[in-house]
Amino acid sequence: MSRPGFVLDVDRSTPPILFWRDEQLTTERLPVGSRVVYPPEPAMHIENPDAAIKDALASPILGEPLRARLRAGMRLTVAFDDTAYPLLRTKGSDTRRRIIEAVLDMAADCGVDDVELVVARGLRRRMTERELRQAIGERAYDSFAPKGLIKQHDAENGDELVQIATTDNGDAIEINKRVAASDLVVYAGMSLKPSDTGWHRIVTGLCGRVTLGDGSREHVSRLCDAAAEQLKIFQVDTTIDTSIVPPSLSFLSRREREWNPLDKGRFAIARELTNIAPARFNRQLLNNLTVRYCMTNVVAGDVDAVGKTVAARLHDERTTTISGQTDIVTFGVPSFAPFGPGSIANPVLMVAAGLQFLFNLNEGTPVVRQGGVAILHHPARAEFNSVHHPSYIEFFHEVLTETTDIAEMDDFEQRFASDNWFKQLYQTSYAFHGLHPFQMWREITKALRYLGGVIVVGGNTQTVRRLGFKPASTFQDALEMARDITQIREPSLTHLHAPPIFTADVS
Amino acid sequence: MPAKHPSPIAEDPSSIAGRLSGKRIAVTGSTGFLGTAIVERLLRSVPGCEVVCIVRPSRRFDPLERVRREVVRNDCFDRLRNELGDGFDGMIGDRLSAIAGDVSKDRLGLDAEGMRVLAGCHAVMHSAATVSFESPLDLAVEVNLLGPCRVADAIRESGSNAHLVAVSTAYVAGNRRGEAFEELVTDTWYSPEVDWQAEVAAGRRVLSDAENESRQLERLAKFRRQAHRELGAASTPLLAERGERVREDWVKQRLVDQGKARAQSLGWPDVYAYTKALGERALLQQRGDIPVTFVRPSIIESALHEPHPGWIRGFRMAEPVLIGVGKGLLKSFPGLPEGVLDVIPVDKVVAAIIAVAAMPAPEKPTVYQVASGTRKPLRYRQLVDLVTEWYRNNPLYDADGQPVIVPEWSYPTRGKVQRQLDQAILALTVTERVLHRLPFRGRVGELSGRLEEQRITAERARGYVEIYGAYTESEARFRIDNTVGLYESMSETDRAAFDFDPIDIDWRHYLHDVHLPSIVSQGRVRTKPVQKTVVDRAANTRRNLLAPGNRLVVFDFENTLVKSTVPEAYAWLATRHLGTIDRAKLIARRLPQVPHLFLLDRRDRGDFQRTFYRWWAGASVEQLTHDAQELFATFLLSKSFPEGLRRIRQHKAAGHRTLLITGALDIVVEPLRPLFDDIFASTLTERDGMFTGELSQAPPVGEARALLIKDYAARHGLDLGESVAYADSSSDLPMLEAVGHPVVVNPETRLSAIARRRGWHVERWHREGDPPLLPIAPKVNA
Repeated sequence: MSRPGFVLDVDRSTPPILFWRDEQLTTERLPVGSRVVYPPEPAMHIENPDAAIKDALASPILGEPLRARLRAGMRLTVAFDDTAYPLLRTKGSDTRRRIIEAVLDMAADCGVDDVELVVARGLRRRMTERELRQAIGERAYDSFAPKGLIKQHDAENGDELVQIATTDNGDAIEINKRVAASDLVVYAGMSLKPSDTGWHRIVTGLCGRVTLGDGSREHVSRLCDAAAEQLKIFQVDTTIDTSIVPPSLSFLSRREREWNPLDKGRFAIARELTNIAPARFNRQLLNNLTVRYCMTNVVAGDVDAVGKTVAARLHDERTTTISGQTDIVTFGVPSFAPFGPGSIANPVLMVAAGLQFLFNLNEGTPVVRQGGVAILHHPARAEFNSVHHPSYIEFFHEVLTETTDIAEMDDFEQRFASDNWFKQLYQTSYAFHGLHPFQMWREITKALRYLGGVIVVGGNTQTVRRLGFKPASTFQDALEMARDITQIREPSLTHLHAPPIFTADVS
Repeated sequence: MPAKHPSPIAEDPSSIAGRLSGKRIAVTGSTGFLGTAIVERLLRSVPGCEVVCIVRPSRRFDPLERVRREVVRNDCFDRLRNELGDGFDGMIGDRLSAIAGDVSKDRLGLDAEGMRVLAGCHAVMHSAATVSFESPLDLAVEVNLLGPCRVADAIRESGSNAHLVAVSTAYVAGNRRGEAFEELVTDTWYSPEVDWQAEVAAGRRVLSDAENESRQLERLAKFRRQAHRELGAASTPLLAERGERVREDWVKQRLVDQGKARAQSLGWPDVYAYTKALGERALLQQRGDIPVTFVRPSIIESALHEPHPGWIRGFRMAEPVLIGVGKGLLKSFPGLPEGVLDVIPVDKVVAAIIAVAAMPAPEKPTVYQVASGTRKPLRYRQLVDLVTEWYRNNPLYDADGQPVIVPEWSYPTRGKVQRQLDQAILALTVTERVLHRLPFRGRVGELSGRLEEQRITAERARGYVEIYGAYTESEARFRIDNTVGLYESMSETDRAAFDFDPIDIDWRHYLHDVHLPSIVSQGRVRTKPVQKTVVDRAANTRRNLLAPGNRLVVFDFENTLVKSTVPEAYAWLATRHLGTIDRAKLIARRLPQVPHLFLLDRRDRGDFQRTFYRWWAGASVEQLTHDAQELFATFLLSKSFPEGLRRIRQHKAAGHRTLLITGALDIVVEPLRPLFDDIFASTLTERDGMFTGELSQAPPVGEARALLIKDYAARHGLDLGESVAYADSSSDLPMLEAVGHPVVVNPETRLSAIARRRGWHVERWHREGDPPLLPIAPKVNA
């Protein structure tokens, strides 16, 4: 059994605590009395993932085994998750690839000829050939791609969408035509946190842009209910362990006090090198790092049942229990943020990684109290990837210069939504949809409304101000500013020692 | 008429004003510095006279209108305008007239009416001259040498016997050391005996010789090379136009050099003094019965009193030097500390000319020198001290708002200063040329702009030293016995009204309170430490560019919207399906062709692109089309300028018609379709699903682009004057010139220089993110 999560109370002897800082690393000395929340250590992984997948397919949680659902002449679609995860590149076989290969083998056995693969990318960018080959394997790619049987879901192409139902409000629910018309859809995915499980990801990944609306959780849950009635989906969901960096750097997720001299030496070198080297070089390095992610769970069957089981297991493996909220939460934002693999964590994505992803890693109660302060460590350079995030560039330069209030962004949002250039880049190039930054900002807004203030340490002042936050040149300055905002002389502080990704259960 | 404008002086018939009252006086060169002052002074101080300006005919305005615009509007007339108030226009209408005449034409090219007007003239004040010390020889000969004779011919032809007051220069005495007397050039022992007619013939021959030589084979090739160096791979007509300008400049420079050389060979400092001296000689020979008086001023500078202290017209001789000192541009200037710089305020010269004209016409030609050197000398050291002192108290400010410190003056020899400046100019020129040859853009391109400015500054300084050095080093002392005699013979009232005795000049007062403040205020220099709050011109221009309207907006593609070129696109596409070994082979095969391609690019953009396209012979249409999409989606987009892509969409949003013109392949730029109403790109022809490697038509480069957009605009009813073009290279000049709003994007060095000179809007667009370092397709296999 691996070590559970841990909450460290900072005292005088506590060493400086690690903060990720885009593609750099740094440490900060936290005030005495602060607490540092560490994730549980990696769970026991499955020794033979392929056998485990076969087992899961043969004995699903609810309903018939996959083999029993397959028959000759049927229309089978294998949909799978795209590259949205905040992870480094996978070394060896991707879990999606293992599942897809197992499913395809079984389908071939059963004489199923009409098989297509669909990337459930929602409003995210298309996967490149290289990414696809990595995700589904060379064999599957080479036999499907030349025949045009690997489709990347296109939420803008009316010809590839079909209405399957209407919501309670009477809005049409349009979903990927192939998925809707299939006798069976196998959905291969991976969950990092409990909220990843269930219908949500499937629906957002495969519905039309208009159907998706503002992409809010409430709206999507309504879609999920309708979709659950209409779609026949056999989900295969997996979880991986929390070792997010190569073994040589695995000490980074451990407690600083336990670092041995070799770890300290490695850290010092890594810190200095990443500080000296140009950001471009660091990014290149990180984008080329590969990690062998180990599968810890594989569960198949009915979407809701699979979702509940996986969420429960994630809770067991990845939760640290802490008691009570604090006035301040701090976290470093690493460069491998959501929606930025192989790219640049631009300022908007940085905020999303901090205030949408990391901030929400909890079981419903944030670690910071309402009106508290979030302190992010990030250089906040106004750098963008012009292939992946063209709409983010304009969002940053045109929208955020006017307003940071999502309620005032309607005109912009409409313009971005109807922009043919963004649409084309989304459809044919490798760009996130024009609406994606707005969805991110909407999610961020929830945290912003909850918090009393956001401070970015060591960030480009201009950028931080444009985002509507307060820049601080040092961590100590940030603490001073947090005191002013909270009006408390000795505010309490929680530091989330992430990555790896884990959930804080605030009791 | 005089009754209308009564004046106390006019009532005394024996006074100067009285003697000239009711007389008609013709003035040549009235649009010049001295001429304007003469016309003003006659109108103001001789209320009874009538003034006729003889001005060069112009196509736009009749002579009188030209005089009204170019003479009467000058601030010289402010005083008179204030004195007369509403009566000013009436007075001008009554007393000032103009006829068309040109001193470079025989008998001034006067028509019958002109002759009739001239016939009624009492005196002709001939002040028209080309005063630049750097005039081409032919022009100086026609105007300065033959001009006075032509005026005399015209007077004779008109049947009149008007008194010709010819303005010459004291420096006809040449580089003489010692006293220069008020003697006719023919009577002076130190004036060289020169056959002026032979000089005229030689001057004209020099012109035709230079024209011939400029058309010789090697010369023409050289001009073409220089045009090419300045413009790069621009279109043929553009290079031709530029080449012809280079040739004309060469001819002109040749004539300037010849003039200077000839003048110096005969002992004059420059072509001005030389042609003026020969002009005197010619007039003495050709004048017939016409009474002639020569007035020889020294260096004319701003007015001491009249019409108002400090009045000056144009940036003249000593001004650039004096401003240059204040700007810290000239750190030393050759001159003899104990030497005399002979300066005379313009109002003294004007007074002398009028006083001479009021005298009875002399039977024998007479000379009056108007100079300060013998009666009230200004020593060079004194001048330097006064100027330095003034600038210390009233410093000029540099671009950063810092006061310029005027250095301690050394008195170097001309040779030394020239040598130093020559070295600096050489270093700057070489650096600039090297920069122009390097494929730099952006900041380096702007650096070359700064270098160019410095070089021009240094060249200007060298020019001053070369031209004016002779004057600051002059050791001639101009006697003004005749002039003083005339002055002393005048009545008290006349002396007060027409004061031309230099004795009352207080040089400290003149320099500190009159001349320096005047030229500094006119010199467009910073006299205050605070920098002017500059309105953001760039933002304004951008707003104007995006103003809604029926506009055509043309974009170039490579280096304007993406930082990439045809060879990069080729390399990316060619390597896409190759393994490591094949990639190495491809590079090995293409590498030896690089120098050739480099030269080809400099010579002809179209041929350069064709070379790459030929390599696609035999490529599968389907495969290449697919790869081209991928090239755009990954490589080109990562090298794109997001600001540029945004700008296109802003233009579209403003209702403009957007057009892309590029030599890139249509299959490569196809993804840009949503941004443009139309795309003109290169198209490869196909046969059996393969590309042939040939283009279906010539790639749209150079002037073809200009024709194309002219044609396009006409077809769609768009106004080119309102249209916008974005481009990055000098080969796009025809296109940029064809529209009303050219915008230069991240310009290469040459275009940067051109844009700066023409005041074109420059955009600096940036790439975002981490574009690939090499134009090589990433391997797809993980």
